[in-house]
Amino acid sequence: MSKKNPQDRLYSTDHEWVKNNGDGTIIVGITDYAQEMLTDIVFVDLPEIGRKVVKKATVAVVESVKSVSDIYSPVSGEVIDVNTTLEETPELINQDAFGEGWIVKMRLSDESELGMLLSADGYEEMLKEEKS
Amino acid sequence: MQLIFEISRPGRCSADIPVSDVPAVNIEDEISNKYLRNELDLPEVAEIDLIRHYTNLSRRNFGVDLGFYPLGSCTMKYNPKVNENVAALPGFTGLHPYADTEYAQGNLQLIYEMQKYLCGIFGMEEFTIQPAAGAHGELTGVMMIKKYFEKKGRKRRVILIPDAAHGTNPASSALCGFEVVELRSNTEGGVDIEHLQSLMTEDVAALMLTNPNTLGLFERNIEKVAAIVHEKGGLLYGDGANANAFMGKTRPGDLGFDVIQLNLHKTFSTPHGGGGPGSGPVGVGKALVDFLPVPRVVKTDDKYDWSENFPDTIGRVRSFYGNFNVIVKAYTYIRSLGAEGLKRATEMAVLNANYIKEKLKPYFDLPYDRICMHECVFSGNRQVTQSGVHTSDIAKKLIDYGYHPPTIYFPLIVHEAIMIEPTETESKETLDVFCDAMMAIAKEAKENPEGVKCAPVTTPVRRLDEVLAARKPDVCWKRS
Amino acid sequence: MDYCPHTADDIAQMQSVIGISSLDELFADIPEKFRLKQIPDIPAAISEQETVSIMGDIAGKNKLPQFTLTGAGAYHHFIPAVVGHITGRAEFYTAYTPYQSEISQGMLQAIYEYQTMIAHLTGTEIANASMYDGASAMAEAAVLCAKMSSRTKIIVARSVHPEYRKVLQTYSWANGYTVVELPYAPSGQVDLNVLQTQLDDQVAAVLMQSPNFFGAIEDIAQVADAVHKKGALLVAGFTDGTSLGILQPAGVAGADFVVGEGQSFGNPLNYGGPYLGIFAAREKFMRRIPGRLVGATVDKDGRRGFVLTLQTREQHIRREKATSNICSNEALCALAAGVYLAALGKNLKRLAELNIYKTQYLKNKLLGLAGWKEVFSAPVYNEFVLNCPGVKKINEKLKNEGITGGYELQKDYPELENSLLFCATEMISKENIDKVIAILK
Repeated sequence: MSKKNPQDRLYSTDHEWVKNNGDGTIIVGITDYAQEMLTDIVFVDLPEIGRKVVKKATVAVVESVKSVSDIYSPVSGEVIDVNTTLEETPELINQDAFGEGWIVKMRLSDESELGMLLSADGYEEMLKEEKS
Repeated sequence: MQLIFEISRPGRCSADIPVSDVPAVNIEDEISNKYLRNELDLPEVAEIDLIRHYTNLSRRNFGVDLGFYPLGSCTMKYNPKVNENVAALPGFTGLHPYADTEYAQGNLQLIYEMQKYLCGIFGMEEFTIQPAAGAHGELTGVMMIKKYFEKKGRKRRVILIPDAAHGTNPASSALCGFEVVELRSNTEGGVDIEHLQSLMTEDVAALMLTNPNTLGLFERNIEKVAAIVHEKGGLLYGDGANANAFMGKTRPGDLGFDVIQLNLHKTFSTPHGGGGPGSGPVGVGKALVDFLPVPRVVKTDDKYDWSENFPDTIGRVRSFYGNFNVIVKAYTYIRSLGAEGLKRATEMAVLNANYIKEKLKPYFDLPYDRICMHECVFSGNRQVTQSGVHTSDIAKKLIDYGYHPPTIYFPLIVHEAIMIEPTETESKETLDVFCDAMMAIAKEAKENPEGVKCAPVTTPVRRLDEVLAARKPDVCWKRS
Repeated sequence: MDYCPHTADDIAQMQSVIGISSLDELFADIPEKFRLKQIPDIPAAISEQETVSIMGDIAGKNKLPQFTLTGAGAYHHFIPAVVGHITGRAEFYTAYTPYQSEISQGMLQAIYEYQTMIAHLTGTEIANASMYDGASAMAEAAVLCAKMSSRTKIIVARSVHPEYRKVLQTYSWANGYTVVELPYAPSGQVDLNVLQTQLDDQVAAVLMQSPNFFGAIEDIAQVADAVHKKGALLVAGFTDGTSLGILQPAGVAGADFVVGEGQSFGNPLNYGGPYLGIFAAREKFMRRIPGRLVGATVDKDGRRGFVLTLQTREQHIRREKATSNICSNEALCALAAGVYLAALGKNLKRLAELNIYKTQYLKNKLLGLAGWKEVFSAPVYNEFVLNCPGVKKINEKLKNEGITGGYELQKDYPELENSLLFCATEMISKENIDKVIAILK
């Protein structure tokens, strides 16, 4: 059973969550549903700080034993911080996908892109539809 | 079991070195110190301990000579021992690749004839024996396709690949700079003709097709598929990994394939060697002959020689000529079986696969209930829904019954796939006992799922922690 | 000879279970017009006895020389008896890739041990479970460097084996990379000055070989320095692995990737194959390198065991995003190499020394003949180049006595048309060398 999707976030159709810090920066991670699908995560390929990405471009890569998943940036922006603890303990994403398992911090280049993302309820609707 | 490093003791040794019959030389005079290594840390073991170490390792390994090995898509048929003896003849093992070709006429004749036999079996115009394995052959084939269009002055960017294809297909295509576009399969497990029609444009260089496909099913619409591709000037690539299904029955060249790669370590009985060496000859139709890798064997009167005089070649894909000793074994196999034997091998392989399919279909979900070719694909779906027993659990339980498991989780389009390829060299009794084991496991999965999930219990190690191996990789032993 | 156990009874029973009355029904999906009656051009089936006889005849058409003075990428070394006895065990050679780890611990552990020995020998931290051969290993290393850096220029020393350079050309063309060849200096080594001028920020990798094709030992550390200063990677190759018994490995000298041919480690000449591609690298590239990797782990009861690991690099998972498409490799040849290295142990150094003694003896004796001259000044391992009066005549004289002479360089190096590349391994006796001198005097 996936953990509840926190209400204070926005979500992408690629199972990423976005937390708006309110100062032009955001934090990005993957949802608990996503980590469940991936199973045990063994490695996270983090981007360099300063990397600029456009919406939907690959910003990180998450590997489990049997699969590799691209993490697509939900918005356009610049990477200003990465969760280096994931280098030693990638399993944090499995254990706490919404908290300690955050992946990157970004500076937004276009705040309006946030408006295209889903709310927690919208994301849950999407999951329900996918399952049926 | 200890590692060879752990049984090593200073001062011991296995292989001795003869005393020099030429004057010794002061190494540091000839080669400056900065080029010399400081330490050489290799095992020091007596020969008896060396032999025991590796012999005991071998007893922790399962090969075809021990038991049934129904790995789908790998064609684990019996490796004839006469092939091993022949390949060990000094005449075959002893020549340096740069030996004068006058000294190598036997080898050159063998390669030349092998290519000719393969042309006959597969209906192709020419073959190359350079690629060292199937994937290497695929790369070679895709390179030739690329060169073909380059020569025409038309750059085509896309290669179409069915969703059921082996991973080497898209990998090989991407490595030649092609964009991979996935082609859907239809509900019968064949190519979705409408989808192919919509995808086939003049930007598509080729369709890579495995026939029979990875579901073990023959492409019923092959004529239409070939026509659609050729009509737009594209080429049809055949992944010949499943050649055991059609030798003597039909030929890819006749079906419209322009280029195919084979796996001698599958169809032609050469041993798998624990992962290699294999050999992946590539056959081509007239359109691609000019692009074959060099050097190529040429025959003038009664003499054979190597020639690089082919201006449109893609070049070399490896050093020297090919996995020659593997080719010797495959050649011996072809000579031994003859045309009739090859056909019979195919007939019995397909018979065996269909027999297993019929016997097991009441117990496991069969996604495509039709005559299969040399392999059949089941799904472990029923067991998963019933009691949470996965295909991987079933595979591990088969180990406790003394079998190597079938291929699992491939092809990707079948959920919880189990791909069984018995090959022709198995007797009816072997198949019956295997089916009994599968039925017992199906029963246990229903009535006592834990008994299946804890398997294997009879092996030297239990299920291994693959997550740990991937999180904290240890690929090189370190002295602590 | 036929390996199908089926009797007529078996077939009848099985057909009945399947619900067919003839084997033809199994092939009904093949369109009628494409059904084959008989495979053409294949001689009739023969018994095992005839097979042995016919194959013996074919092998008999080959002629083995008394001894050979040609190396040039493939070497005649002594193979201890233990190697064949181990690789001939059916549990090893009739097994497939060790995907099912519980029943493949034998091969997995043997390859883990091989990986460890190769990493140590090459002075690196990781070695994979094998590539096809030295040439493709080098080409794949170059492709990987280009993909990792997104740079498209590859510099390769002309002193790298000609066939390796040709394979590199093919792989580079396929991927759209440019290859630039680097000339050699009068010493026979890489021309460092020219390299400095060629290095720019478009270069992904520099490829060199040591000992190189001329037998010359290279100053890898110097080249590594220059290469790294420009943000490129160094790929260092070798063709005779026994050189690692005595020479400073490229990994210690600063190479990022060490690739080469492992045939010298317990694999026969076999007329060119199967051989063994060695691929080793710095630890930081572990998750990017091609090929299979065996890793140590534990089972659920805490026992040590081995598995194929980091498979997410490979084609069956990455598919079109894989940096290589390699699947089957040269596992049994790697096993042979592992057994060979374990058997020789520290004696690999003594073997290398013996190769050097033989080579120096041959070289000095040849230089004693009228008109024979040194070409390069760099130190050598077991191969060297000499300028000789009448290259073709010399090899012809030797051939008439059943001896394979040196490798003629003019095909690949027209400027060296009057030179031969000689090799003397431990398999060449003093008597052999004295005989050569007597013939050529």
